[in-house]
Amino acid sequence: MSDTALDITGWTCPAPLRDRPRVVMGHGGGGALSAELVQHLFAPAFGGDVLAQLGDSAAVSLGGVRLAFSTDSYVVRPLFFPGGSIGDLAVNGTVNDLAMSGAEAAYLSCGFILEEGVELPVVARVAEAMGAAARAAGVEIATGDTKVVEAGHGDGIYVNTAGIGIIPDGVDLRPQRVVPGDVVIVSGEIGLHGVAIMSVREGLEFGVDIQSDCAALGGLVRTMLAVTPDLHVLRDPTRGGLAAALNEIAAASGTGVVVDEGRVPVPAPVANACAILGLDPLYVANEGKLVAFVPREHADAVLDAMRAHPLGRHAAVIGEAVDAHPGLVVARTALGGTRVVDLPIGEQLPRIC
Amino acid sequence: MKYIEEFQDPALARRLLDDIHATVTRPWALMEVCGGQTHTIIRHGIDQLLPSQVELIHGPGCPVCVTPLEVIDKALEIASRPDVIFCSFGDMLRVPGTGRDLFQVRSEGGDVRVVYSPLDALRIAQENPKRQVVFFGIGFETTAPPNAMTVHQAKKLGIPNFSLLVSHVRVPPAIEAIMQSPSCRVQGFLAAGHVCSVMGVREYPELAARHRVPIVVTGFEPLDILEGVRRAVRQLERGEHTVDNAYARAVRPEGNPAALAMLEDVFEVTDRAWRGIGVIPDSGWRLSERYRDFDAEHRFSVTGINTREPAECRSGEVLQGLLKPHECEAFGTLCTPRSPLGATMVSSEGACAAYYLYRRLELGAVPAAATAPTAASAPLEASPVV
Repeated sequence: MSDTALDITGWTCPAPLRDRPRVVMGHGGGGALSAELVQHLFAPAFGGDVLAQLGDSAAVSLGGVRLAFSTDSYVVRPLFFPGGSIGDLAVNGTVNDLAMSGAEAAYLSCGFILEEGVELPVVARVAEAMGAAARAAGVEIATGDTKVVEAGHGDGIYVNTAGIGIIPDGVDLRPQRVVPGDVVIVSGEIGLHGVAIMSVREGLEFGVDIQSDCAALGGLVRTMLAVTPDLHVLRDPTRGGLAAALNEIAAASGTGVVVDEGRVPVPAPVANACAILGLDPLYVANEGKLVAFVPREHADAVLDAMRAHPLGRHAAVIGEAVDAHPGLVVARTALGGTRVVDLPIGEQLPRIC
Repeated sequence: MKYIEEFQDPALARRLLDDIHATVTRPWALMEVCGGQTHTIIRHGIDQLLPSQVELIHGPGCPVCVTPLEVIDKALEIASRPDVIFCSFGDMLRVPGTGRDLFQVRSEGGDVRVVYSPLDALRIAQENPKRQVVFFGIGFETTAPPNAMTVHQAKKLGIPNFSLLVSHVRVPPAIEAIMQSPSCRVQGFLAAGHVCSVMGVREYPELAARHRVPIVVTGFEPLDILEGVRRAVRQLERGEHTVDNAYARAVRPEGNPAALAMLEDVFEVTDRAWRGIGVIPDSGWRLSERYRDFDAEHRFSVTGINTREPAECRSGEVLQGLLKPHECEAFGTLCTPRSPLGATMVSSEGACAAYYLYRRLELGAVPAAATAPTAASAPLEASPVV
């Protein structure tokens, strides 16, 4: 696409892309820059009603069957980290995107982009991790593709996965169904994946072993839907963390969200690492957590069912959808004050001191 | 490590607040010097919980905010050179220079790297002997000692391709400048605890006595802030003006002798410009003559810099405590973290950023629904690169 093909006159926010004629890291950060890239560059170029819904996965009808369809690319460094690897991420991430539509993943595709010079045993370890993760998630890797780029043109191994699954009858998960009064539940402790990756990638030692929470959430979602198919929306708070997921739901639903900050489960090692680096745990990535907006009358039963599942042991009610401040997320602080929880702009940056 | 939890205890916070409410009889204006303290105050809603008579004024203590535009522009020019690896702490990358920032330089092909310690930059220099490695040495007394040590090491190890772009600033001259301003309303200071952990408190008694202001050395957790306010208000109500250390778990009166010795060895005091404020005499450090070879400004002839500050930006008044962020006409409209006019809006420790991030709803600065995208961002948001 040439520069002249860009029509920026209709963009809602004039700042980031107009001011930045080139892609910056923040465009992939899961925050406002990412959203604007998708909404104002990709979506108009592609057209189509399905993409315009901009869910974690697309809900499509094919031959009378409702399918969830999703794709994701994985460019994580390092390839292996405490609690997982790029292979686990590539399977669980796409499985989870499908699960957020209520679908059980059935088949995945897998595309490898390998950098010349990568050792084959490393590729094998990634492939084995993918196979194991797929078996654990009950999904089959049905097709794939391999490309090799010249040395220096990649980062070892990049993986893309796409997946499809069937959405059960009666399940309709999307932000537009959120209504004031919905209870917000998070499935467990947040921030583990992001801090685990930082601890190895940046060579930071936090004095404790922090493992990524990377996991497939299909089983947990199935447990929740067994209580009631009337869940309103699910979202896995990956890049941009819980703050980005809640902001996206608030914006797309047109409701406000209030979070009780003291009830958000943040493990002490994550809180401490974030305090040292000047990061906010609400913005740190997760890979095995979900946030659910549940009708108030079902909230207790859903919470009980989640806590009975291994991946929902630390599930907690953290807030509610409200009439006030539509499109905005507000936190009640532990001391009794309030603050806005914004959509991150790009990536969080460690502070100077 | 339990410190963070303990120093955010809501029950203890309530007791401190009750004490402050019981003590205050008239209006007082306190300045918290450090941007980290500002963010704790706003993020936890401490200003909402204090008695209305206690006004907290945000000081100039954000190292990112006060780094002069000219230095940022020099950094951008040096970082753009193909033979240079430019290393910086993360939060400098988004600070706008004249027309662009370091992120943009990187997207244009500049080798700009985020490091967590200046020693990482020195290691990069050792690993890349054919390239020039420059570390962006900005900040207050907190970051100056490790930067000084890195230059000391570079000289000792004979690493010729390492240099420092220096723009270090010192807190006490800034306090002096604020107190000398005719429009100054500050009646007491919460001094920055981490600065005092390096420098000790020896520079403060004379300031407190001369300007008749209490100076309370204060930490960064919510209970630290409340205790600092409590002690400052007690002094003001009693008509006292002494230096009080409320951060004794980290600050010794004499400071950190090893860090002070390193500063003495590598740096010398100089006049320094503060972004938005202007030149404050003796308020900065530069590399001393015997380390001049490691000064990036000397090594790279960075000339012809034409700086251009947005005319609408009033961050200088914010930094001096003369203006609250939301009182600026550009706040939340022309100036947001996405399109900042000045560093106080873009820096993670900037007062304007704190007000925008945490307070804009109650300030009515921005319509709520207009602040977030109109729909979720599917394909990219799920990409797990961290």
